Amino acid sequence: MAQAGVIKGTVPAVSSAERLFDGRVSRIRLLTCVGLIALWEVVATLGSYGILYNDVVPHIWHIVIAVFYELISASFYRDFGMTFAAHSVGFISGASIAVLVGIWLGTSKLIREAMLPYLNAIGSTPKIIFLPIIFLMFGVGIESKMAKGAMSAFFPVVFTTTLGMMLINPVLIRVGRTFNLNKWQMITKIYMPAMVNPVITGFRLGVAITVIGVLVAELKFADGGLGYRLGIYYEQFQIAPMYAVIVLIFALAAAANSGMTKLQDRVNRHMAPTTSKGKKARASASGGLGVVN
Amino acid sequence: MTRLHKVPVIVGLFGLLACAVLLELAVNFGWVMEIIVPRPTDTVLSFPSLQEDMDLVGNFFVTLGMTAAATALALLIGLPFGYFLYRREAYGVAYEGWLAAAFSTPIVLLYPLFLVIFGRNHMTLIVMGCIPGAIPIAIQTRQGLLGVSKTLLNVGRSFNVSERDMFRKIMLPSAVPTIFTGIRIGVMYTLVNIVAIEYLIDFGGLGRIVSQMYDNFSIPETYAAIVAVILVSTFFYWGFGRVEKWLRPV
Repeated sequence: MAQAGVIKGTVPAVSSAERLFDGRVSRIRLLTCVGLIALWEVVATLGSYGILYNDVVPHIWHIVIAVFYELISASFYRDFGMTFAAHSVGFISGASIAVLVGIWLGTSKLIREAMLPYLNAIGSTPKIIFLPIIFLMFGVGIESKMAKGAMSAFFPVVFTTTLGMMLINPVLIRVGRTFNLNKWQMITKIYMPAMVNPVITGFRLGVAITVIGVLVAELKFADGGLGYRLGIYYEQFQIAPMYAVIVLIFALAAAANSGMTKLQDRVNRHMAPTTSKGKKARASASGGLGVVN
Repeated sequence: MTRLHKVPVIVGLFGLLACAVLLELAVNFGWVMEIIVPRPTDTVLSFPSLQEDMDLVGNFFVTLGMTAAATALALLIGLPFGYFLYRREAYGVAYEGWLAAAFSTPIVLLYPLFLVIFGRNHMTLIVMGCIPGAIPIAIQTRQGLLGVSKTLLNVGRSFNVSERDMFRKIMLPSAVPTIFTGIRIGVMYTLVNIVAIEYLIDFGGLGRIVSQMYDNFSIPETYAAIVAVILVSTFFYWGFGRVEKWLRPV
């Protein structure tokens, strides 16, 4: 009974400490938000009196109003549609090619060791630098944005897929061979299920990087899209709408990232350990294979 | 390097050479339009003229200098901030998620804002390069210090080591590999952002050369400038990878 009393006494003590800590974390976050908003408003007020960065930092309510006007504007949805189409086509095509190349690199050690230094070299290069080549090949229309999106998506997915292939438990591969599975069956029954987690990690990274790739291409040369819209507002010095587009882009990027993270968490919950050491491959494990941008 | 290790290198080089020869033949036979993809030999031969007209080496040092300045600024911000996040656990928990989220946002899109604030000068490039560099440095500094082995800390305590010596002699050496991983990622993202902004605003070093050569429709020179950027990125990636390997305990 005494033991039960001790247990009864200690459990709430630990949880209350945790609750206190969580409360402190929430307070810090709230105070930081309030502080940042106050700082922003101070700079905006100084700007409106012509003391500091005149008109560069608009009041927050101006941005909120601009966001509202963007959301009720038909042209915003046309631009959003163009960016979304370029992103979707670019991501799907780039990621599909990357998965196939990743499987190829993962199954052949010689090809992997021969090609990875070159893939790493291009993977660590700012992809924006390839825009002239893409514009020469695909023109300045939406096709070039799709191509840029595909290029951006390719590298994170190929690195994580290759890593996923390398981390597959050898026992699974031996089991497949014992059952005389052909190459296609090995891919669909052994490789693919075993490397779902790293591939999804690559997809998550790829979605975020494709957004940046497409928007940057639209900023340079385009006739539509959210990046183009941002550039136009900047050139016309319409600062509040410019911030509004940035806020909406960041919100959409965060939503895409959050959706992919949830998908990954869901897969994680359903997947058994798949690596040779009984651990799931993590996204951060791809860091050694290449910096992607 | 043993003979066995040389095989993939030879295969890789042979593959690269084969691609270059095939491309040369494709352009010669008119299968690929020369105004879209120049002959590899033309690209290589345009390096001297690129140096003469655009001072390729000088601009390399411009990009390098700005990357170094932005990295120094990122280290000045990231390291103390990462240490602060380690020391104050509640702040670490509160801010780490935000930092990770900020790292995945398209910071490069804020360049119009920075142009308006700082103007079209090197300061814009340095500040914009510094932001994505400081975030991984701060995160990895916190992670590195959090990951110090409890056994090592207990050994230090049993020797009655002062707080300062504990940090200098135990925590810092054991966190260095993780911190350096953050620095490597930070430097790469700093370089990527600086070259991207150079290209977008047509100002600065190597990114500006690519932009100007493309605007002039000097196709072999554009390709040569792109190759130069790839070489610089590879050098950075390889160099920092070597140092990181050296710092990591076996």
